[in-house]
Amino acid sequence: MIEVSHLTKYYGDFPAVQNISFSAQMGEVLGFLGPNGAGKSTTMRIITGFIPASQGTVTVDGFDVFKESHEVRRRIGYLPENPPLYSDMTVISYLKFVARIKGVPKTGVLPALDATLEKCSLESVANRLIRHLSKGYRQRVGLAQALIHDPPVLILDEPTLGLDPRQTLEIRNLINDLAEDRTVILSTHILPEVSQICNKLIIINEGKLVLEQDLKELTHGTTLEDVFIRSISEVTEEPLAS
Amino acid sequence: MRNILTIAAKDVRSLFVSPVAYVVLTGFLLLGGWFFFNLLYRFNYLFSLYSNLQGFETMQGLNLNEFVMSPLLHNLTIILIIMVPIITMRSFAEEKRIGTYELLMTSPVTVTELVLGKFLGCLFFLFLMILAAGIYPAILLFYGNPEIPALAMGYVGLFLIGAVFVSVGILTSSLTENQIVAAVICFVTLLLLYAMSWPAGSTSTFVGDLLKYLSVVEHFSVIVNGLVDTRDLVYFLSLIVLCLFLTQRTVESSRWR
Repeated sequence: MIEVSHLTKYYGDFPAVQNISFSAQMGEVLGFLGPNGAGKSTTMRIITGFIPASQGTVTVDGFDVFKESHEVRRRIGYLPENPPLYSDMTVISYLKFVARIKGVPKTGVLPALDATLEKCSLESVANRLIRHLSKGYRQRVGLAQALIHDPPVLILDEPTLGLDPRQTLEIRNLINDLAEDRTVILSTHILPEVSQICNKLIIINEGKLVLEQDLKELTHGTTLEDVFIRSISEVTEEPLAS
Repeated sequence: MRNILTIAAKDVRSLFVSPVAYVVLTGFLLLGGWFFFNLLYRFNYLFSLYSNLQGFETMQGLNLNEFVMSPLLHNLTIILIIMVPIITMRSFAEEKRIGTYELLMTSPVTVTELVLGKFLGCLFFLFLMILAAGIYPAILLFYGNPEIPALAMGYVGLFLIGAVFVSVGILTSSLTENQIVAAVICFVTLLLLYAMSWPAGSTSTFVGDLLKYLSVVEHFSVIVNGLVDTRDLVYFLSLIVLCLFLTQRTVESSRWR
């Protein structure tokens, strides 16, 4: 579904992402780990077409993110780190707006709206102003925004950030349900989350890919914490040793 | 087309759910009403002065179009210079600040559609403002008999010059994520565009003509006087197209930085 090959991104002279390659298949949930500033958000922004890569290619469902950007955008639901919400709109009017600009046909808007409200358990706040919603509900509206056009690919940048334990659990269950017939890439700092919902793990550090592994192969004996600390310290200590 | 209208409708809504729309409309009508009252008062004063002096020939020259509507429309453009930056400053700057820019730019919407949607949204609000300002000629029509074609042309001119202001505002809003900065740059640009022809009288004919051609107010005056000249329409339309084109380029290039 998603093929990332030799992806490099420079901000001025600073290499945010260097030569990253990985792929994700239908039905897979890819956990994207790495310390802050490692290049997770940058990689996600490139996959969604928000910013172009300096080098390398990304294809989604066979379409090149740069050349056939619109085909790709139709297929991607994207939740950025800060949910892109209009605080003076109600949940319903906001989701209707998103459905229209995501290209849901006119007759499909209302069914898509109902389905998404139900999936994200937002019925009770459907007519409230987004401004008046709690952090947990806002995050769910952000997720609803990514789901409204029923995309085969979901890119979620820290979807459980700032939620209480119960809300975190609900979002995880939701992602698990969604993953059945989709490809999901999610970034997170919460390691147990990865073992609960992801089946593939990618660790990047300082813009470089340091680990790509199936989670099944990983959990025998070693804990995720060990793996994470080991893989991010390998890279940072290398220059010191040489 | 559907995307353009969706974005425009969203922007108009957001103007009306915040106090911005009401404050701007009220301020516009309040100032406009004050100017209208003053001009009308002066007109009455002149009229009674000349009729006392038996200056019938001068009285022939007194008409509502020239002495009330034309200066009123000129005054309204000044108010638009102040109000338009306030309406347009949000269009791109606000989206960037609250992060919804990322939503728009990752949706299957072209940059051109986005820019046109933003433009159309503000243009619709401008249309409402000018429609509300139609109350002044309506009062004149009720009590007097101004020339209707000249009146209508004046309002078309006001809308055109307002559309130019809006396109400049959209452009400046796309340059920054700070609304205040966007509004100030827009305000300065509009005032410069307005005052461009001021040195024209004391420079060489070529430079003077050039400055006059570039100044919005010269073209506006022609239309307000009831003359339809293709040159003025071309001037307004090309300024709008230029600003929108530059906005499109700015938005497109911002993702490369």
